[in-house]
Amino acid sequence: MKRLAVPAGLVGVIVLLAIAAPWLGLPDPVRQDVGHRLAHPDAGNLLGRDEFGRDVLSRLIWGARTSLAVAFSSAAIAGFLGTFLGLLGGWFRGAGALLALGSADIILCFPPVLLALLVVTLLGPGALTLVLVLSVLFLPGFARVTYAEVLAVRGLDYVEAAQAMGATTARILFRTVLPNVAGPILVQLSLAVAAAVVLESGLTFLGLGVVPPSPSWGLMIRGARTTMEQAPLLLLWPCAALTATILSINLLCDALRDAADPRKTVTLSSRS
Amino acid sequence: MSFLVRRILASLLLVWIVASIVFLAIHLVPGDPAELLLSAGGAAPDPVTVAELRDRLGLNLPLRTQYGHFLGGLLHGDLGTSLVDDYPVLDEIALRLPRTLELIVAATIIALAVALPTGTWAALHKGSAFDRIAAATAGLVLAVPVFVVGTLMVLALAQTLHLMPAGGYVPLAKAPGQHLLLLAMPAIAIAGGLSAVLFRMTRAAVLDVAGRDFVRTAWAKGLSPARVQIRHVLRNALSPVLTVLGLHMGALLGGTVLVEYVFNWPGLSTPLLAAVDARDYPMVVGIVLVTSTLFLVINLVMDLLYAVLDPRIGVS
Repeated sequence: MKRLAVPAGLVGVIVLLAIAAPWLGLPDPVRQDVGHRLAHPDAGNLLGRDEFGRDVLSRLIWGARTSLAVAFSSAAIAGFLGTFLGLLGGWFRGAGALLALGSADIILCFPPVLLALLVVTLLGPGALTLVLVLSVLFLPGFARVTYAEVLAVRGLDYVEAAQAMGATTARILFRTVLPNVAGPILVQLSLAVAAAVVLESGLTFLGLGVVPPSPSWGLMIRGARTTMEQAPLLLLWPCAALTATILSINLLCDALRDAADPRKTVTLSSRS
Repeated sequence: MSFLVRRILASLLLVWIVASIVFLAIHLVPGDPAELLLSAGGAAPDPVTVAELRDRLGLNLPLRTQYGHFLGGLLHGDLGTSLVDDYPVLDEIALRLPRTLELIVAATIIALAVALPTGTWAALHKGSAFDRIAAATAGLVLAVPVFVVGTLMVLALAQTLHLMPAGGYVPLAKAPGQHLLLLAMPAIAIAGGLSAVLFRMTRAAVLDVAGRDFVRTAWAKGLSPARVQIRHVLRNALSPVLTVLGLHMGALLGGTVLVEYVFNWPGLSTPLLAAVDARDYPMVVGIVLVTSTLFLVINLVMDLLYAVLDPRIGVS
């Protein structure tokens, strides 16, 4: 538990900053002021202004909001559906549920960025498209993990005891089985959030994710590339924010994994 | 042999499923592709033009016929023509795929060259300063997205220190030295995250193998440390490392799209991004299909290599 505290605290601070963004008294992150483009830091703009004269600090914090909103909602949707699918598949092992699990696996045949680009072509860029693509991409992971865990747990004594006491299937699945397989699912959830932040920023960087003028780290890096000679710091701030966020979530993943299963020491972190 | 045949058949089945999914995705998504393509400019499209385009794309045919044409075209190696300039999709891919592959191969070689020695050394000296520093470095490198690595490399090496060109491409035959120099930066950017993943896996696998009985026997026979560590430990530790490499190929192919964009490397990324922007379906579909197939082929090769490394797999 002690090892969980530091990474959980780091992620907590980032999430709190993102949630509190509207109440921090920051300058408007989208208001342009071309007269002060690339202005140096001063009392009102602690990190200076970007190529359109927008406040950099404000855009950094609002950018966390965009990134994390996309990442958490897609991880939550994928986690909810995938876990449900895995629970049903692992418990009933019926043809329908297994077929659903198998077809979810086919998503893994596509390189993630390319599947995302295909969907962006069809639906157009935007935060909603991103959430949809990322949920679809992460669903099979949750389904697989839950399925494997349910298979391991379903024959154990306490499940049999619940059945013997006459509990309904729904009650057994959600009150007996689910809490006992929650550890690995939680680890999977943190992995999905980290991977979602990476993918979201990457697609946005290509100009095919979150659309301007929304503040987003990917867009900030994309924009700062053109002015990197005059204002290298503009490029470094969003890179640092993005890396620090991913690092904190990765550390949380590792700590959660150790807490969920102290025997496993091998760690493989999120896919980029 | 039957293992080989079974794996190849399974891969072909997957390619067919992937192609079908891509086909269905385009035709079942709400909205008319022809109308979407023409309304990209913002103004409402002219109904006559939409009808003409629908006709040209074959969208008026029954879905089953369209699917037949699509699969027939694939079997003949015909991926259609770009909606933007009528250029055959396959020709564009044939021109650019080798450059993307070159980048991936170079990145994989660099990653293996870094990860195998450091991972083995860290495992054999578990708990040493080297082990801890390498593990911390791997953790840090994994947290930096590949396009950030690339962009920061351009900032540091090209813009600030002027050691390297900021990107671009020269054919190998024209100027081999310049070609390799331009290849190095994107390849290193892609190799960074991969080498961190492979380092962790190598370290774990070597630790696992080094404790086995046959390694103790090898030591007891009085073999030289180098022979034990390379012939007995590393060879047996390679299988899981290869598996992880195969699993990460998908991420690697995606990362290549981003890195090619950062360094202006004229691989598949340029036409792909332009096509996504212009909603040029045949081009996007062609590139996604070819890349997904490539991904499946790489995994097939990995499985076969796996069988070579560990003959027991082919037998079962």
